[in-house]
Amino acid sequence: MAVPVGYYLVLAAALFVVGLVGVLVRRNIIIMFMCIELMLNSVNLTLVAFSRLQGNIEGQVLSFFVMVVAAAEVTVGLALIVNLYRLRASTDADDVDRLRW
Amino acid sequence: MALLAQTGAEGATGASAELWIFLVIGALSLGSALAMILMKNTVHAALMLVVNFFTIAVLYAVLQAQFLFVVQMIVYAGAIMVLFLFVLMLLGVYAEQQFTDRIPGQKTTALLLGVLLLGALAGGVAGPYMGRDSACNVAGASSVAFTGCRGLDEVNADGNVRAVGLSLFTRYVWPFEVMSVLLVIAALGAMVLGRRDEDLADLVDRVPVSEPAATDEEPSSATPAAVAAGEQEERD
Repeated sequence: MAVPVGYYLVLAAALFVVGLVGVLVRRNIIIMFMCIELMLNSVNLTLVAFSRLQGNIEGQVLSFFVMVVAAAEVTVGLALIVNLYRLRASTDADDVDRLRW
Repeated sequence: MALLAQTGAEGATGASAELWIFLVIGALSLGSALAMILMKNTVHAALMLVVNFFTIAVLYAVLQAQFLFVVQMIVYAGAIMVLFLFVLMLLGVYAEQQFTDRIPGQKTTALLLGVLLLGALAGGVAGPYMGRDSACNVAGASSVAFTGCRGLDEVNADGNVRAVGLSLFTRYVWPFEVMSVLLVIAALGAMVLGRRDEDLADLVDRVPVSEPAATDEEPSSATPAAVAAGEQEERD
């Protein structure tokens, strides 16, 4: 028997939690953004693992779509970060607090 | 790739090979992810993320998703990380940034909630699958015909790229086309967002502005060239 799918799921869950804690702990916007990428990747790993469990290709196709959405998200998000840096001269999330009540 | 397929076909030795690959690559993946959020230098964090993307690509290959293995290498480790590094170099933010704790106890709370979520995910989602590598061979070969489960080996018989492509361009062709529209919109959005502020005026229809600003100007603000031109006119 090959490696059980559960092992991959645990690894993906650990990667997701690392990314989530990174978003919550770090205040550098670019690092937070990279942590979001990490979370998207961990979900992709889950999809591919389930694809092997179910023995069909659907999970891989959905994973491909997630990659496309992630690429679009990175494009727009990094443009926003560059604009934010022009306005605030900083990449610290705490400096962007104009909407804070 | 050929090596992986070979070991997969060998059965018992293939399983232990996959286990070793999983253990080594999984540890590397988790380690690089942890290093990414612990690195103070942003460029180092980005490089750790590249390592993490490569390890995940290897896991895709182990999981018989060869197409995604290549796409992960090209799109994530190639294009997306180059984009990240470009922005890092553009902004010049490789100075160290301090961890700030603006909300009291935010870090400890985040760690606590993270551990709780990990426990919930590992126990609730991954728990039932700890003993199964495929739904197709739960109770031996006889159940394959019973469940109608084909298994990735059979799906990928003509190649994984062919299987994914057939699925993408037949059953999922509509989402695929919507994705292309999404990518075009994202590219246009990035172009619009990337313009400099003064260029934004070009996007608005120019209203012919009367010239009160010009009359307010001090005579001294006229450029030497303009003054010289005026003198030239007077002389003529």
